Amino acid sequence: MKKVWIPITYLIFIILIIIPLIRIFTGAMGDGWGGFSDALSRPEALHALMMTGLITIVVTIINTLFGVMLSLYLVRAEWLSGKLKQLLNSVLDLPFAVSPIIGGLMIVLLLGPNTALGSLLNDAGISIVYAFPGMVIATLFVTFPMMVREIMPVLQEIGSSQEEAASTLGAYSWYTFWKVTWPAIRWGVIYGVVLTVARCFGEFGAVLVVSGNIINKTQTATTLVYQDVENFNVTAANGVALVLAAFSVGLLLLMEWAKKRKEVH
Amino acid sequence: MHIEVRNLNKQFGDFHAVRDVSFTIEKGHLIGLLGPSGGGKTSILRMLAGLETPTSGDIEFLGQRVNDLPPQERGIGFVFQNYALFKHMTVFDNIAFGLKIKKQSKEQIKKRVMELVELTGLLGFEQRYPHQLSGGQRQRVAFARALAPEPQLLLLDEPFAAIDAKIRTELRTWLKELIERVGITSIFVTHDQEEAIEVADEIMIINKGRLEQKGTPWDIYKSPETPFVAGFIGESTIIENIGSIHGFEEAAALQGTKALIRPEYIEIGKPGEIGLASAAMEGRVKALHFRGSEWMVEIEAGNAKLITYRSLEKEVLHPGDALSVLVHRAYLFNDNESWIMENKLKEDPMPIYI
Repeated sequence: MKKVWIPITYLIFIILIIIPLIRIFTGAMGDGWGGFSDALSRPEALHALMMTGLITIVVTIINTLFGVMLSLYLVRAEWLSGKLKQLLNSVLDLPFAVSPIIGGLMIVLLLGPNTALGSLLNDAGISIVYAFPGMVIATLFVTFPMMVREIMPVLQEIGSSQEEAASTLGAYSWYTFWKVTWPAIRWGVIYGVVLTVARCFGEFGAVLVVSGNIINKTQTATTLVYQDVENFNVTAANGVALVLAAFSVGLLLLMEWAKKRKEVH
Repeated sequence: MHIEVRNLNKQFGDFHAVRDVSFTIEKGHLIGLLGPSGGGKTSILRMLAGLETPTSGDIEFLGQRVNDLPPQERGIGFVFQNYALFKHMTVFDNIAFGLKIKKQSKEQIKKRVMELVELTGLLGFEQRYPHQLSGGQRQRVAFARALAPEPQLLLLDEPFAAIDAKIRTELRTWLKELIERVGITSIFVTHDQEEAIEVADEIMIINKGRLEQKGTPWDIYKSPETPFVAGFIGESTIIENIGSIHGFEEAAALQGTKALIRPEYIEIGKPGEIGLASAAMEGRVKALHFRGSEWMVEIEAGNAKLITYRSLEKEVLHPGDALSVLVHRAYLFNDNESWIMENKLKEDPMPIYI
């Protein structure tokens, strides 16, 4: 049996992952290096990559900050009742369970130009949907659980006694956080950042719905790939896809390294 | 008075963990909080430390009410049950933690840490991480860390619970000596009566959130004030019908009176061996258990089952052997009161002088 299963496993791995990667690579280089660089140096491609980069930076910063805070509250806060914590904890997984497109749609329905809240903000000169803020919110919605789910188990495992020990030794909360809690959760946070960044690069559904996919305005790298494919511009689509894939592979390598460091500590 | 606690109460939801506890502690004393698990001992300790807020009641250190002070400002050292060492810091940094917060100079910190490292016998281990130490060493690091900022009160939560039996005895003696040398008022929590009796100057027995009795180990052993204390400290057998024990027939007159008899209150011998024959009764060996340094003997006498110990030096008994059993005293209690009664027949009503 072994003789049959091992080759089948490898075959599936190759068909699902290796061949598409090679296909993207050959597709991007189909018209030579020139075709690849032309595809990337189109103004809309540069703009799309920039949008993806900006969204990634903003989302990762917000997600890290609030992810750490929410984890601390969900695990440590005594002023939240146990039942409320449980509820928050299960609601937190919603973005994992709900399709990103539905997540995007919820934002449009809540903040779109035809809604009360949206028009109010519009009058004040702030547009959320079909603009950068909406895309950030949509990506945040999709990535939010990643940071919290990485940090919470670590906080639960270390327990509160080290922090209590610090407080009996005279340390107040800020000092305790940086000297005691942070070193313990550091690798969890790095892991969460890697996952968040990877997801920001790849997010498609929620952003597509919220952004409206307007060229040179709200188009991201993934939605550009989608549009290039629609326009039968396969070489260009492959080029942008290759850049995204290369970033993801780099991130995964970084994550492996982070994991190893985590085990050392 | 160093520490004074008045009418302390703590409720966790519906659970009344600590009920109306009041006590005072003198400076320099080593106090053991003893009682069954889940009895509220740790809650009392955590309230003293400020890690838990009392539902009602006052806590005073040196005459000053500290209820509203956070743990950071109470000047206490706390040794946690699992030690709670900072995992990512070396032994040196762990001990130096409290000193760094006080913004002491590098030289001062180094001097104090090395002093404590030497005091706790950890010399040469300063650069190790907690996971590279044995249980006993970790406990000593926790102890040194708590002592470093020179607290006025040291609180220890089950300090020996996680250490194996052999080292535990060693560490107990070490800790008692060290606390005496440093001269710091200390309170430790334990569920092990042997530990409390051996280490503490004074014991407080806590049961179901109440303070049952406070006193020196000898006082508590000798004159327990409540049936719980009598049953908890030392070994004992409860006798329902006290009338069946020779010498205590009078006590049976009071309705609902039960007796608690400790092994050391009982003297046994082959028939005729016991001097005060008139106070002894007949019995039979039910079973024998070897306990390392002595025999534990289960006896049937009257309608009661008693337990006592017998030296290995004496003649070996066998199950079924006839015995003479003398019960010297019993701790008697009913719903209203409790008292200690000596065997009435031991005092010969008609002494004969020769």
